[in-house]
Amino acid sequence: MSARQRLPAGATVLVIGSGPIVIGQACEFDYSGTQACKALRALGYRVVLMNSNPATIMTDEDLADATYVEPLTLDAARQVIEREQPDAVLPTVGGQVGLNLALELHAAGILDQHGVRLIGADPVAIRVAEDRQQFKDAMVEIGVGVAESGTATTLPEAEALLEQVGLPAIIRPSFTLGGAGGGIAWNVDEFRAIVTEGLRLSPVDQVLVERSLLGWKEFELEVMRDLADNVIIICSIENFDPMGIHTGDSITVAPALTLTDREYQHLRDLAQRIIRRIGVETGGSNIQFAVNPENGEVVVIELNPRVSRSSALASKATGFPIAKIAAQLAVGLTLDEIANDITRVTPACFEPALDYVIVKIPRWNFEKFQGADRRLGTAMRSVGEVMGIGRTFPEACLKAIDSLEGGYPDVSAATDQGIREALATATPDRLASIFEALRRGWRSSQIAEATRIDKWFLDQLEEVVRFEQSLTGRFVEQVSATELRRAKRFGISDAMLAKLLGCREEAIARRREAEGIVPTYKRVDTCAAEFASHTPYLYGTYEDEDEAGESESDRVVVLGNGPNRIGQGIEFDYCCCHAAYAVGEAGLTSVMVNCNPETVSTDYDTSDKLYFEPCTVEHVRAILARERPRGVILQFGGQTPLKLAHDVGTVLGTSPDAIDLCEDRERFSALLKSLDVPQPQSAVAHSVAEAAQVAGRIGFPLLVRPSYVLGGRAMAICYDQADFDRVVVDAIATSEAHSLLIDRYLEGAREYDVDALCDGEQVLIAGIVEHIEEAGVHSGDSAGVLPPVLLSDAERRRIEDDTSRIALALGVVGLVNVQFAVQEGEVYVLEVNPRASRTVPFVAKATGVSLAKIATRLCLGTKLAELDPACLKPKGNDLYFIKAPVFPWRKFAGTDVVLGPEMRSTGEVMGVGWSFGEAYAKALLAAGVGLPTEGGVFLSIRDSDKAASVGIAGALAHMGFRLYATRGTAKFLEDKRIACETVFKVREGRPDAVDLIKNGQIQLILNTPLGKKAQYDELAMRLAGLEQGVPCITNLAAMKAVVSAIRSQRAGELRVIKLQEIA
Amino acid sequence: MGAILLLEDGRSFTGDAFGAVTTRVGEAVFNTAMTGYQEVLTDPSYAEQVVTMTAPHIGNTGINLEDPESEKVWAAGFVVRALTRGPSSWRSSGGLHQYLVQAGVPGMQGVDTRALVRHLRDKGAMKCVISTDGTPVEALREQLAAWPGMAGRALAAEVTCAAPYVYADPPSPTARFAVLDGGAKRNILRMLEQTGAYVRVHPLSDPAEAFCSGVDAVLVSNGPGDPAALPGVVEELRKAVGHKPLLGICLGCQLLALAVGAKTYKLKFGHRGANQPVRDERTGRVEITSQNHGFAVDKESLLAAGATVTHVHLNDGSVSGFAHEPSRVFAVQYHPEACPGPHDSARVLLDEFVRRARNTPSPAGASS
Repeated sequence: MSARQRLPAGATVLVIGSGPIVIGQACEFDYSGTQACKALRALGYRVVLMNSNPATIMTDEDLADATYVEPLTLDAARQVIEREQPDAVLPTVGGQVGLNLALELHAAGILDQHGVRLIGADPVAIRVAEDRQQFKDAMVEIGVGVAESGTATTLPEAEALLEQVGLPAIIRPSFTLGGAGGGIAWNVDEFRAIVTEGLRLSPVDQVLVERSLLGWKEFELEVMRDLADNVIIICSIENFDPMGIHTGDSITVAPALTLTDREYQHLRDLAQRIIRRIGVETGGSNIQFAVNPENGEVVVIELNPRVSRSSALASKATGFPIAKIAAQLAVGLTLDEIANDITRVTPACFEPALDYVIVKIPRWNFEKFQGADRRLGTAMRSVGEVMGIGRTFPEACLKAIDSLEGGYPDVSAATDQGIREALATATPDRLASIFEALRRGWRSSQIAEATRIDKWFLDQLEEVVRFEQSLTGRFVEQVSATELRRAKRFGISDAMLAKLLGCREEAIARRREAEGIVPTYKRVDTCAAEFASHTPYLYGTYEDEDEAGESESDRVVVLGNGPNRIGQGIEFDYCCCHAAYAVGEAGLTSVMVNCNPETVSTDYDTSDKLYFEPCTVEHVRAILARERPRGVILQFGGQTPLKLAHDVGTVLGTSPDAIDLCEDRERFSALLKSLDVPQPQSAVAHSVAEAAQVAGRIGFPLLVRPSYVLGGRAMAICYDQADFDRVVVDAIATSEAHSLLIDRYLEGAREYDVDALCDGEQVLIAGIVEHIEEAGVHSGDSAGVLPPVLLSDAERRRIEDDTSRIALALGVVGLVNVQFAVQEGEVYVLEVNPRASRTVPFVAKATGVSLAKIATRLCLGTKLAELDPACLKPKGNDLYFIKAPVFPWRKFAGTDVVLGPEMRSTGEVMGVGWSFGEAYAKALLAAGVGLPTEGGVFLSIRDSDKAASVGIAGALAHMGFRLYATRGTAKFLEDKRIACETVFKVREGRPDAVDLIKNGQIQLILNTPLGKKAQYDELAMRLAGLEQGVPCITNLAAMKAVVSAIRSQRAGELRVIKLQEIA
Repeated sequence: MGAILLLEDGRSFTGDAFGAVTTRVGEAVFNTAMTGYQEVLTDPSYAEQVVTMTAPHIGNTGINLEDPESEKVWAAGFVVRALTRGPSSWRSSGGLHQYLVQAGVPGMQGVDTRALVRHLRDKGAMKCVISTDGTPVEALREQLAAWPGMAGRALAAEVTCAAPYVYADPPSPTARFAVLDGGAKRNILRMLEQTGAYVRVHPLSDPAEAFCSGVDAVLVSNGPGDPAALPGVVEELRKAVGHKPLLGICLGCQLLALAVGAKTYKLKFGHRGANQPVRDERTGRVEITSQNHGFAVDKESLLAAGATVTHVHLNDGSVSGFAHEPSRVFAVQYHPEACPGPHDSARVLLDEFVRRARNTPSPAGASS
């Protein structure tokens, strides 16, 4: 037992969040951070929070005593520590980012200097866990198997390693982008080839050679330990996909289903031994194992000494709140002192028993990264996930597939050979390909051989498919009630049944309901019903008994946003949570429906009742039938719930018709015309031919986008006919309604995002965000500033007036978002979204006005005039707030990094400052873009931007930066008497721009690309910048902002600002 | 083929039959362990019990030769949500369905087991009849009524071994144990053997002189039924109290409690699972344990008898272990031998057993 004492009540704890949403570190850390903050405050501690991500619940002012939305840098953290004098820092709920920052603080001596204790983490333990060699040594010491591996810097060294690891062998070049150059060698020739290539590609001339565990089964155990050395296993997770695919990109199942007790207990014993040896004193850890399916040999892969993505999943899978308990353990409580929230009578010191199965399926967005390799491997690239809960594996799996919405590929057109390849090589299509293969008569054993997926899972899926086949081609009337019930117990959706039986989904639903075949709702209760549960955390299944329970007050259903994907992420979950809070505050019963395990909205603590169900018509209607709510709120969950607007009965808030109107370009244009609000010349086309006609009429440049999609999928700017021909076919195919919106592209315009509240009678403009990038960059990918800095009073009045008139004309009740473009003094409306937008949390943080909660009150019938005026009054009027996007370029080797109308950022950060420059510098720092204060700047500016670039180049030169440019730009600048060194373009001579970047002579790249299709040298240069971590700015407006930010940074320290002190 | 489970209070559940085509009566109980169905089925403590597993998929890893806890299936019936017909495991030598067919034990699947468990949780473990052979409900009711139930049943006496035998006889034993077999799980014997001890097994009917003779300590094993229905065994144990260190597991714990003068009682629905938290009050350490018992030791009477509670069940505060130090009695209500379940307590407890055994002076002249 540790000598450490329980942290005294009243002590101050610094909690470090995980920063922006990036691949591999997403909103599960908002969930864990929020839980930790709540738990610590409930224990009487003063909580200081640092997180740069404004779109989180954890950065809500009331979650902590002091909240710093600041870059997660050593400097900012030091300032926070100096100001707040915390007694302890809890670094284990903020992902790898939070952990790394805490270790930096420790290493820099800042924690010691201020007497701050690191709780829940021990630097030595973390080092052992994270250092490959130390971990391996530790495991060997306690007799736990590890995969043999070693690093080599030459081919002979690698060959020596091959003796140990054997064939097949895995080769991973060190520090290449997206793991480029790695591979599996099946023979010696292949081995030599891959090693040689890997050594060439690695910037440090090093490769890791590792024993291949390909095809081994992969398991994870979520382990918790307290200061009294009690160790418990919260959850076992089995990867459906065998070893070789990152667990974040694997389909996973809980509990583990293919282990006998003997084997499971062996893993459990090893997990206990490992966590004790590593020395993780308190909190949660995730341990991954590989098991040889031939003989049960076990190898430990890694241990994460902190709350992780898997622990968030495990929490949702079991009902055991790992992050909350981890926080309680970190301050010195022991597991037997903490009560189980769900049963209330039993302690948290136990191991959850599941009487259901969960299946997690990742959600990918490869379609947004043209050119990227879709093969799944050891680097995670999914952007979100869904979880299906069912009483059986097939039911949970099929529900998870339903939950993916559009994220499930259709592979029915593939050839047999195509299917064969899709089984052998894992891509996002593999699950669909398995079903397709089964439908084509493949046996589960054949598929098991091709995929190395455990036959047990495939047998289960085969049973489903064979049953489906017994229904195919029959009429719905011929299917017996018994068969129908059997189908539903398998988890087969009404939509699928309709497809099999050749009828409409409604016909299935009607038939089913007539037979009384409706879902029952069971509770996730941690204990397999051994004790009564007090938390209605529910999932639907076809059983005899229903446990949803009754509520005393009227219910209001909030529909969630489903899986995170680019364009629809945490911002919407934030809004849904606020909606649930507001419903509760209004004295009603909040009912949440969502299927995303990463989120705060699916915490059983967030709403009065949680239905962990797919957000589809079938499931939502069944819940409504069960709950008979006063109404449904669907304006907070992005596009997902809006699609259900006509199927959910009473909609609270803006009417479904108004929603339709905004999506229907023709009706929308008519409305704007009637209000005399200008919009860019535009038209709708339903075919390629029609599109060509429209293009001819409006003239280039054009903005082309499919209707009914979020995040600008397949959206493009076309400067000429060639561009247009290239995108139009894909764009039409992408649209659900197979229609295309073609707009005049307002070149050089400024864009504005306006969020407003409306009660049908009165409008409140909540915030105007000015895009830093010019129009044409997707609003989600553009940095934005509040308040606007370039907006004239006249333009502002026009924007406010237009917003009000549009909102009133639409009859908006709740939130509305309007996007404007201002070009040469003229204000155009680009788009109206009668729902919560991506900017709502940012605006709420910047103004202190709780937009989503107020909108919910309006949905429930309250008028703006009835609300306390204080809660509507924005604060922070003398500060600048900037949101900046974060991109996953590094994960998608081969994709160009130029911004455009298709959104590709995964998350955002906020910078707060007393000047625009300060705020922007902070935002960029938070986004991981460290701006230089000295050094070299490379400029490559297209002709149309050259004149405007003079001021930028001049300012940089004046600050002492050394300027480099390609011939054209250099000559232009020299003509303007700005000193500049000429550099070769790539392939024109050496040293070229790429050489300079690689040699560390360039600290900033300013490059406005030539048209849509990037030139080869520009692409190579941007990629080199990416590899070297050199920021690359691709448009003029952002360059101006960057100059201002650099100036601020040079002027002195960026001071941290506490949200609670903003007046 | 349809199957039915009819409960004493009239509630019934239907499902699909598997395993043997027959009808069996027993006590309806549930187990929350997520792994180890084969160990559960072969644990003699489940004699005359119809076991419902809360884990939905059962049979996934089939049946193997290493994992049974005795030579046969003891459970009277098996109720699951989803039976796996084609198992997947490198150790599997067959499927669960066939295993139960051979054992003559009926199974039932497709059942809303959670509803059944909630019912048993609220109403308590009760008599039931499970039928897979189409016996009319009226006849089932009659069979149910005719079955005496668990209370007052000396089932352990029925499942004990026929005659004493030596299980382990190493050349220089670390300690010498006699195991009084009330339906001992194999792993108890195996673990004692692994400590390097001499292990001799006795039928429950043996007198104290027999089971005390030539050993350092006596371990009273787990087993089925009501401890209060074994007054003869308690009487023999009482004779041994103070003469030999007496150790107990599960039923053995209850029998030893009775022997030192405490009382036992029937729990509402028992503790059956692999996630049961127990705190060793002497160290403050919590162990996640495997448990399987319907009766428990009454705390007040135990304290009145001069014993101390060494282990507490954290879910309900019931007695999970006690020591009566003056007479060197020590017993736990949970299963250190696991199978199925966690091994948290195995090492600690076995060490304590051996320690307690070795503190005894040489076996000569020990029996009274």
